[in-house]
Amino acid sequence: MKANCWQGTTRLRIEDVPDPQILNPRDAIIKVTSTAICGSDLHIYDGYIPTMMRGDIIGHEFMGEVVEVGAGVKNLKVGDRVVNPFPIACGACFFCSSGQFSLCENSNPNAWMAEKLWGYSPAGLFGYSHMLGGYAGGQAEYARIPFADVGPIKVPQHLSDEQVLFLSDIFPTAYMAAENCSIHPGDTIAVWGCGPVGLLAMKSAYILGADRVIAIDRFPERLRKARNDCRAETLNYEEVEVLDALREMTGGRGPDACIDAVGMEGYAHGFFGTYDRVKKSMRVATDRPTSLREAILACRNGGTVSVSGVYGGFLDKVPFGSIVNRALTLKSGQTHVQRYLRPLLQMIEEGRIDPSFVISHRLPLEDAPRAFAMFRDKEDECIKVVLKPGTA
Amino acid sequence: MATESQHWQSASRTAPPLPAMARLERPRHVSRIRAQRGTVSATIETVLSPRNLGWLSVALGATAVLAPRPLATLTGLRAPPALLPFVGLRELASGWGLLTQEQSSPWLWSRVVGDVMDLAVIASALTPSNRQRTRALGTAGVVAAIAAADLAAAIAHSNRGRRAVASGPFSEGLIVNKTPQECYEFWRDVNNLPRFSAAVESVAQIDDRHVRWMLRGPLSQKTAVTIKTTTDEPARRIAWHSVGRSDLSHAGVVRFDPAPGNRGTLVSALLWYPPLSGTAGWRIASLVGADPRSFLREDLRRFKQLLETGEVATTRGQPSGRRSWFGRWIPEGRKWRQKDLT
Repeated sequence: MKANCWQGTTRLRIEDVPDPQILNPRDAIIKVTSTAICGSDLHIYDGYIPTMMRGDIIGHEFMGEVVEVGAGVKNLKVGDRVVNPFPIACGACFFCSSGQFSLCENSNPNAWMAEKLWGYSPAGLFGYSHMLGGYAGGQAEYARIPFADVGPIKVPQHLSDEQVLFLSDIFPTAYMAAENCSIHPGDTIAVWGCGPVGLLAMKSAYILGADRVIAIDRFPERLRKARNDCRAETLNYEEVEVLDALREMTGGRGPDACIDAVGMEGYAHGFFGTYDRVKKSMRVATDRPTSLREAILACRNGGTVSVSGVYGGFLDKVPFGSIVNRALTLKSGQTHVQRYLRPLLQMIEEGRIDPSFVISHRLPLEDAPRAFAMFRDKEDECIKVVLKPGTA
Repeated sequence: MATESQHWQSASRTAPPLPAMARLERPRHVSRIRAQRGTVSATIETVLSPRNLGWLSVALGATAVLAPRPLATLTGLRAPPALLPFVGLRELASGWGLLTQEQSSPWLWSRVVGDVMDLAVIASALTPSNRQRTRALGTAGVVAAIAAADLAAAIAHSNRGRRAVASGPFSEGLIVNKTPQECYEFWRDVNNLPRFSAAVESVAQIDDRHVRWMLRGPLSQKTAVTIKTTTDEPARRIAWHSVGRSDLSHAGVVRFDPAPGNRGTLVSALLWYPPLSGTAGWRIASLVGADPRSFLREDLRRFKQLLETGEVATTRGQPSGRRSWFGRWIPEGRKWRQKDLT
């Protein structure tokens, strides 16, 4: 089969690899019909995720048709159309039992690696480094899904791939980011980053009862989408001083909650922007927490900072004193996708939301290497790329 | 009056802290756990004993102090006559240390250092102007041989100092989302052990108390070990030790304690090994981070996975693109740590 393989920093290659096989009784194999490039895939692309190895098949947002099931999978049969969550969860451990699927204790075969960096290991993920399991990803024609009796959700035929594909990651991620804000009616939510997760977080914030959403980015097309599709007020941080603008807009109090939907490769002007870029290129810092710093400083006293962007290691110059002295709540985590699949699918079915509005490009799988460069550099107003295997 | 070991068994249903557990569970025979000794090291230890080398030091030292001139002639050295008595005193000091002091390894190392000094002196005598050059060359050969023997003895004895004490216990604990009874039964079934233990290839029951494990050593060598179960308390603990000397001798205890808050079972395992510096295989294994504690933790993790999910998480056998030469050499993030399920 054809698969998108990581071959080093900014080097991707479509390669012919063997088809995946059932390795465990609870595995299933799916024929991928749609797969997307996630913003977090760019961290892999840019070489910031440790324990990647050349030849790793990447991609963790995918859906498709079941073509084979292991002996232990009773709820799926060949031919079922399923969307697959990006964290791999066993469904039986302490964390799975309490709905914290992305913290599954049993799905990371290389847990010892994650323990060395983070103390304890979270769940294994598809196509996201060996530290997180080393599982082959979904930017391929076929994919093996471990614990297929727990993860994948069957989707009705009348919904298109594009409507349901983002249940695999970004829609639940955005929804959890908004949920983590503990929104009360009347709240103002500020969202850093108008990428796909940021945009869906804005919609989710309104669904959860927010009164006002403020979006922060620097790309006109993204700010336009936030304004037009997500009813957000927008701030272009290249034009205004974000902290001053937010203070004014919220009557000197600050937004009730702030969502960081940017993550480790934040962009900033001036001293701190240069400082972070130098440190990161010298490998003395692992992340550029530009937006996190700003989100913390912007949040109102006693408010919540919700981090959905991915950070990998050790962050520098994070104003922790602001969190302590102003009683902020910091919430984060990889999304417990399995917990959100059913309620969010229902929302899509009821027509309350159609996440496909974030898609800007539809390309064959074979174009993945080009698509990554385009997505990273925001060429051609690229916001979200959906790859279709077998359409080249 | 309850003994110390009965105290926690009867009174408390929660696990004691690990240091206390290590003390309480330490098997009586743990000091007898010994690795197999190779013939080479056995020869070194008997022929090049501190006693023999001590007398050698005394003999050389006495000659150098009492008859420096004949010695200089014999060895072909043109060393200043004043130097040889000092060399002799140094040798006498080493000899005194080796014959009278309990700790022999520093004195063996003092001999090695002395040999290096002597070789330097001899090297200075290997000039073309020295008419006794051939003799000096012969002396150099003899001293080099003695130096090699001293070095071997010093290394062997430095290791033996450590070898006197068993390594361990290496301890790990994991909470498994099952009852102590279920955990106990799964562990007790000899057929399950090879499914979660990386080292155990297969198990055969010999009788009620004895099983035979086929073990895979750190360098993939296979060794059969007879295991005697010494304690078998249903739903509480199992203790065992290997019978006889081998490279894979060990003693172990596993306990199944109800985890606080009704959250399953705290499975704690403790292992005692022979001193690990004893075999080359272990030394190499520790270089790549495959230390006993990590192995134990990985074993427990697979035990937990099997009990909770019925399978062991794996990526062995999945497709990948073209690997780098390094990636092919260390297959996929040391995937060999994952147990081969086929």
